Amino acid sequence: MTNRAVPDAGTQIEIYRRMALIKANDERSRKVIMTGRLVMPYYSPRGQEVIPSAISVSLTDEDYVCTIYRGSHDQLAKGLPLKDLWAEVAGRTTGTCKGKGGPMHVTYPTKGIMVTTGIVGSTMPIANGLAWGSQLRGDGRVTVANFGDGAANIGAFHESLNLASVWKLPVIFVCQNNEWGEHTAYDKTSNVRVADRAAAYGIPGERVDGNDPFAMYAAAREAIERARAGEGPTLIEAMTYRFHGHVFGDQDAYMDKDRKARAMADDPVPRFRARLIADGVASEEQLVAMEAEIEAQIDEAVEFALASDFPGVEELKRDVFAEELN
Amino acid sequence: MATQTAAKPAKANILQAINAAIADAMEADDNVVVLGEDVADPEEGGVCGVTKGLSSRFGDARVRSTPISEQAIVGAAIGASLVGFKPVAEIMLMNFTTVAMDMIVNHAAKLRFMSGGQTHVPIVIRTMTGTGFASGGQHCDYLEAWFAHTAGIKVVAPSSPRDAYGLMRSAIDDPDPVLFIENLPTYWTPAEAPEKDHRVPIGKAKLLSEGSDITIIAYARMIQEALPAVAQLAEAGISAELIDLRTIAPWDRDTVLASVARTGRAMIVHEAVTPFGVGAEIGSVLNEELFGKLKAPVKRLGGAFCAVPFSKPLETAFAPQTADIVAAAKALMA
Repeated sequence: MTNRAVPDAGTQIEIYRRMALIKANDERSRKVIMTGRLVMPYYSPRGQEVIPSAISVSLTDEDYVCTIYRGSHDQLAKGLPLKDLWAEVAGRTTGTCKGKGGPMHVTYPTKGIMVTTGIVGSTMPIANGLAWGSQLRGDGRVTVANFGDGAANIGAFHESLNLASVWKLPVIFVCQNNEWGEHTAYDKTSNVRVADRAAAYGIPGERVDGNDPFAMYAAAREAIERARAGEGPTLIEAMTYRFHGHVFGDQDAYMDKDRKARAMADDPVPRFRARLIADGVASEEQLVAMEAEIEAQIDEAVEFALASDFPGVEELKRDVFAEELN
Repeated sequence: MATQTAAKPAKANILQAINAAIADAMEADDNVVVLGEDVADPEEGGVCGVTKGLSSRFGDARVRSTPISEQAIVGAAIGASLVGFKPVAEIMLMNFTTVAMDMIVNHAAKLRFMSGGQTHVPIVIRTMTGTGFASGGQHCDYLEAWFAHTAGIKVVAPSSPRDAYGLMRSAIDDPDPVLFIENLPTYWTPAEAPEKDHRVPIGKAKLLSEGSDITIIAYARMIQEALPAVAQLAEAGISAELIDLRTIAPWDRDTVLASVARTGRAMIVHEAVTPFGVGAEIGSVLNEELFGKLKAPVKRLGGAFCAVPFSKPLETAFAPQTADIVAAAKALMA
């Protein structure tokens, strides 16, 4: 494709900042879990930093995002404050959801993070509804539905793409193809590219290098503009690779060691960092300072979370319905 | 007391009452939207025509026919509700809710709780069911116990046009998801028409007849079987109180407990299969709360434990009938 949008210098730095935040937060999460101070099911997004970072720089707080249990990268890229996230995954009352959602169910409407689901394939039907709301109001908002390659085989994927196509909804379906559906390789579960399925629903579909911030930015930009212009949905299959097992603690014996080593050697975060410096977009000192600031923010968030109170048991009866239960 | 000269009350059937309730709600609030298979007018307002006229009146942006995609229908309703709309989604028949269970049980019912109250899902899922129209196993199950067992979703099942109107208005007003179960074989029976803006509160049962010997608790089409049973029991010298539950989740414990405390005997009648059903829950609560005051064990009378059969005599035998209710009540009195 020609004439694709290119992020300007400031946007490149912002994409990198979000990537660095996601990487540092992931590393810290695993470290804190290892110490035993935090117990949670943890699904590392390491390796997938580029995708939400390069998309979210073109979104506003008013735009909506739906994500899944492997979603901390999507949430952080969309602007979820670290303190609120850490307190939530620690199950504390200061968390986004008063500790009642946990890592697989983070909601933060202030930044448009409307649904985080633990059910594979469930972001898409709900994203359609958010987008339908925008269409009815004519508010120009865009909804991004994130999901993995495994979710492309769920019936809800097909129902949702079809409905979005028929209704011309302002929604972007972002398949983060990390080559793994839990423990099973993508090529064992599908013989076709996810992006190619868009043709079946008469919508644009593109497979993009999800580890290339420029390619990802350009593809997202086009999809967002199309959605805002009322031209309907887009399917993006962003190719990436999951560095770790499905869930923290999983021995990942099913993952090909060479393939994994290659992916990790080509880590998109240091790669983009080097490019920013080589291109003269940012200096080493500038990035070091940025990364130190991120670490300090994470320090503060972890401390805040672990010092916060757990919710009282009265919360069991609250938020089941609007009215409190007896 | 009605007199010879009083004006005859207006008549309406349940189908008309639900249509009027949705139309009045749409008129009152632009955020009320309708979606489902065939619901718009070019598609004839649904297989039974419950939503007929709405898309012509309110436009096809607000009343949308969908593909046959139950997960997409409930998902779209959920998403729109998260941003301030009040969707009324039709899942044509109750058995088809099974195709959308993830959206209903994991998302609609739980988002308020899991988000710590930040978001909520004010949707109505309208669905139809009921035996008696020769559909066989996959078009007439009563699955209300499945939903009542899920924290976060309300379940209503009206038996009259007035209640259908009033409950639908309340369901649309409700800030939480409501499963609205319509009984297809009762759609076209005329009865007293609801007045505009009439409301029936969710969670409140209705005492249909007063009695002193036994309390019969029923809902939906079973009310039609129970009403003549009450009359027959009276002829046999048994005074039965009949409660129309109207709302299954949350059910009206106060009304039911007060009645059974008075009569000392209780029978729960429903069309859904008996094991693990609504009758089991109510019966259990009655035993817990009224142990020592009960003059007989609480009786459950429900559908047979099989799929709903096609063949007419089998289909008829599947669900409790008037004669079954009378016989069971007499046995409780013995």
